[in-house]
Amino acid sequence: MKARIIVTPKKAVVDPQGKTVQNALAQMGYHGVAAVHVGKYIEIELAPGTDKAAARRALDDACHKFLSNPIIEDYKLEIE
Amino acid sequence: MNFAVLQFPASNCDQDAVHAVQVLGHRARLVWHKEHSLGDAQAVIVPGGFSYGDYLRCGAIARFSPVMQAVKQFADNGGLVLGICNGFQVLTEAGLLPGALVRNRDLQFHCEYVFLKAATAQSPFTSQIPAEKWLRLPIAHGEGCYYADETTLARLQANQQILWQYCDQQGNLTDRANPNGSLLNIAGVCNERRNVAGLMPHPERACERILGSEDGRLIFEGMIAALEGASRAQAA
Repeated sequence: MKARIIVTPKKAVVDPQGKTVQNALAQMGYHGVAAVHVGKYIEIELAPGTDKAAARRALDDACHKFLSNPIIEDYKLEIE
Repeated sequence: MNFAVLQFPASNCDQDAVHAVQVLGHRARLVWHKEHSLGDAQAVIVPGGFSYGDYLRCGAIARFSPVMQAVKQFADNGGLVLGICNGFQVLTEAGLLPGALVRNRDLQFHCEYVFLKAATAQSPFTSQIPAEKWLRLPIAHGEGCYYADETTLARLQANQQILWQYCDQQGNLTDRANPNGSLLNIAGVCNERRNVAGLMPHPERACERILGSEDGRLIFEGMIAALEGASRAQAA
């Protein structure tokens, strides 16, 4: 079982990386890009036999306290 | 006075902070991040560097070090804590200071001198900075852009928790004088109780004329004056 966590900058926070990548894409000729947001991807391998619901609760807590900073970032947690 | 200077893996301004305190005629001791106690320290400096390689986010891992529990308790008891650069990032991650520090708006690491204006003298960290005196201090950071949501910013302004702002040589808070895109040109803030502060510039690198500026002394002298005032009050 794996948990996949995607951390992205909050919309209100200026994302100079996203803006720079967007500009580079435009320069390369990729048009139609409205916005780019650069974040992080964290993959966590869970030990065999882990209870999925319990893992979700624990990881949600970890995302909130540690893996993301709620002041500047949003996260999405998926377990499969 | 006795200062504790924390030392995390990849702190690199810890020795500078100890030196600055000694130049000012006081004692400083390095406290390894695995220690659980700050000993007899009367003030704490969380120094600059790249604690834990800045992995995940700057300061995100250091805040879970055992010594940070002691720092939190020390701050809760009213002790003076100053975070410099990475130390500022650690204190925001630990929730001891409001807001967060994100990537500089131009994505560049800035290593240069800046001017700072103290927005208030009402704190142990700014009390010795004369009005109309702009501090000339070095910065060296890639993630110093101060961010807080609008509600928090309004609260910081109402409570005069913004301690230092980037300004030009004439003391104007211009966008050009802002090296990293910080909201309201914020270079440093304090908590509501005014005993914990953080700033991105490095006062510890500006305490001797040979280093190009002595303006950093004013910040430490403020802390020392507050501590001496407190010990006089205790003795009386």
